[in-house]
Amino acid sequence: MNQPLLVLDNLSTHYVSAQGTRVVRAVDDVSLQVNAGETIGIVGESGSGKSTLALSLLRVLPTAARIVSGSIWFEGEDLVRKSDAEMRHIRGKRMAMILQDPMASLNPLFTIGNQVAEPIRVHEGAGRANAWQRAKQLLKAVRIPAPETRITQYPHEMSGGMRQRIVGAIGIACEPRLLIADEPTTSLDLTIQAQYLNLLRELQREHGLALIFITHNLGIVAKMCDRLVVMYAGRVVETGPVSRIFNAPAHPYTRALLSSIPRMSDSRQRLTAIEGQPPDLSHLPRGCAFAARCPSAFDRCHAEPPPEFPLEADRTARCWLANVAMQGAA
Amino acid sequence: MTHVIEAAGLCKHFQARHGMFGSRGVVRAVDDISFAIEPGRTLGVVGESGCGKTTTAKLVLGLEAPTEGSIRFEGQDLRTMDATGRRHYRKSVQAVFQDPFASLSPRMRVGDIIAEPLITNEDVPAPEVRRRIAELLDLVGLPARAADLFPHEFSGGQRQRIAIARALALSPKLVVLDEPVSALDVSIRAQILNLLRDLQERLGLAYLFIAHDLAAVAHMSHTIVVMYLGKIVEMGDAHTLIRTPKHPYTEALFSAALPNHPDERRDEIILPGEVPSPLNPPSGCRFHPRCPHAMQQCGQQEPALAMVENRFVACHLY
Repeated sequence: MNQPLLVLDNLSTHYVSAQGTRVVRAVDDVSLQVNAGETIGIVGESGSGKSTLALSLLRVLPTAARIVSGSIWFEGEDLVRKSDAEMRHIRGKRMAMILQDPMASLNPLFTIGNQVAEPIRVHEGAGRANAWQRAKQLLKAVRIPAPETRITQYPHEMSGGMRQRIVGAIGIACEPRLLIADEPTTSLDLTIQAQYLNLLRELQREHGLALIFITHNLGIVAKMCDRLVVMYAGRVVETGPVSRIFNAPAHPYTRALLSSIPRMSDSRQRLTAIEGQPPDLSHLPRGCAFAARCPSAFDRCHAEPPPEFPLEADRTARCWLANVAMQGAA
Repeated sequence: MTHVIEAAGLCKHFQARHGMFGSRGVVRAVDDISFAIEPGRTLGVVGESGCGKTTTAKLVLGLEAPTEGSIRFEGQDLRTMDATGRRHYRKSVQAVFQDPFASLSPRMRVGDIIAEPLITNEDVPAPEVRRRIAELLDLVGLPARAADLFPHEFSGGQRQRIAIARALALSPKLVVLDEPVSALDVSIRAQILNLLRDLQERLGLAYLFIAHDLAAVAHMSHTIVVMYLGKIVEMGDAHTLIRTPKHPYTEALFSAALPNHPDERRDEIILPGEVPSPLNPPSGCRFHPRCPHAMQQCGQQEPALAMVENRFVACHLY
């Protein structure tokens, strides 16, 4: 019965230019699992493929992008094989998404009530009055003060934090099993971010949601997530339980990333910077994509891309050294 | 030591109108703030949207004139400076902005971008300009051949290096850094923060560092100023403030910073509500409607900045 909610099997999403001459491997051979009620953090820099991965899950990719191989098993069904019409019944109902900019997610011409009630009317065929009533409860659930008056107002009458909470209310309107949040707090102020993250955690507990956080911010992962997926140049380089990865990162990229972040507590010491730039996704090197910036790279790293090596239970790393370390331990 | 810059009782008020025929109001974006920066030191400014940190930067850069109060540059009051003095001031105070994709002209070669301040401000002969470009590129860790390329040929981190080279062209005393790393990738931020620190040590630069990332500010600053709705609520040595914040707002702000490690447990103070409109700030202490320790006095009387345990705090609790 303990079947995972979502299983990605070697999923690859590529962007192909109009002439077909340039292929950007935005998501390349990604496998991962999300269990019901769990919080996963997907971390990476711009161009690491984390947002394309999220769009692939919902099958809302731009026209140039294609899922070229692999499957997305969600509650036992392969979403890659679903028709667009079938996907429309899944999106917003069983799986929903929160985007970074709440002003862009909300329609300025419709009232808050209209927009929160819309998924309920569409997916559950609820009548106008009934849906409106539910919308009011949802606004209350996301701690909007005075929901009776707010429900008839428009997005421009709200503050940024309130708008993002309304987007959250739309997300959970049909009680989805999985909520994907793509940089949900980047546009919010610090104290509002803290409020919002706590709200998401409460909603998750109340509704038994699984949450996927797409972020570049390891602090959000440390605060919110159970498991971490680190992406670099379209590939998953490391996965595992958050605290184990923070205590002992297995991939040199994860290690470098963790030590390059300034800390509130540290004195003015030099930061350990990662030299160089992330690679061009249309001209990936033959070997490991991180090899050029890796302090521990050796010949094999430049010649051959490493596969995902299983480490201890529930942990993987895509690094030749991780393999060596395991053999050494065995 | 003389201060590079010293602001006393600085105010910037904007006229605002609500709707086309609405009532007029005054936004006190910056309201009676004072601070000073010494050579080779960094003053970090933190606070949320609308707290006045960007207006403060504009005032220091001379992009806005203060409504009240004074700014002294190397001891000289800007209001009484003659034209030569003002020209010297503008050359000595430079800025690096958040978005290196917007702050560099896409039509100019990198060499010309860096040379522009030299050519417009100083009568430098051409061979000397070329030598300076090479020197500046080297200073920020870019190869000399970068001078012949265009900004689009560089990544975000490299562009920010170009912006820093341009800011340093006129050998400034003070550089205003307005969110200099927030548009950059995480793995690049440490490179730029390290570069800024190295440059400060080598050139004795003073920095006014503005960022919403508290850890970056803590890492870069000697002194930290915490602002709320145009007012300084707390100011003092960076270490002291981070270890033992006194003002309830500082306390809440620092507790809202994200943890470094999943095992780190912090007593989070979640503030109710949001920052009120600066058009209509609360009476008394501007923070009192959200303050967990608010007393009756707080709504009536505005607290003044006072020295408490080695830092300045504006709060009736102390």
